[in-house]
Amino acid sequence: MSPRAAWRLESLGFGEVYDYTVGKLDWMAAGLPTEGTNAKRPRAGDLARKDTPTCGLKERLAEVRERVRSIGWDAVVVVNEERIVLGLLRSKELDADGDRLIEQVMRPGPSTFRPFVSIDEMAHFMVEHKLDSSPVTTSDGRLVGLLLQKDVISPPGAAS
Amino acid sequence: MPKETDRVQLRALLDGGAQLVEVLPSEEYEEDHLPGAINLPLRRLDAEAVDVLDRSRPVIVYCWDIA
Repeated sequence: MSPRAAWRLESLGFGEVYDYTVGKLDWMAAGLPTEGTNAKRPRAGDLARKDTPTCGLKERLAEVRERVRSIGWDAVVVVNEERIVLGLLRSKELDADGDRLIEQVMRPGPSTFRPFVSIDEMAHFMVEHKLDSSPVTTSDGRLVGLLLQKDVISPPGAAS
Repeated sequence: MPKETDRVQLRALLDGGAQLVEVLPSEEYEEDHLPGAINLPLRRLDAEAVDVLDRSRPVIVYCWDIA
């Protein structure tokens, strides 16, 4: 739609016309703010835990497990130096043989969600697929944080 | 010929005074739009663009994605 609009504007005498071809989807997938009636509703990127523990591919599971569980977590996201999500360990993987490397025990290529997805949609999906946690990433795969099912079912700060 | 732009250049163009236009239907604009964008749905472009937009400044249009 926007290419047609851009060409039409040019034909109407606008001399410098640009087309942001990847559009609103690209903007929102990057976690950037929007205006409008949906802007104030919580989304996956708002509730994703920014203090999500991370680890690298070549770390030994025993050390990662100790580090993660000592701060009260039961999941860790595997990222590279650019914070690109490469894998995920939930409780089951964290309980594997501690001498193994993270890359040997992780769930590779976990499903990820964009920051603009509504909390209602996330809650429905996570309950239906029995997911305790889901990584939220930007469109280029960079970790925003881990979204916990307990947060989307009962958002932090919600009245009890 | 219109030029394609990306997120980084878009911000620079806006800082330089470009006008940002969402060409999706108004219902979609009302729900979510980029900060500072105005709504000029494609079907209203012919009738309204000249009155609403400044020909002397760059214009950036966008919709949902490349589809």
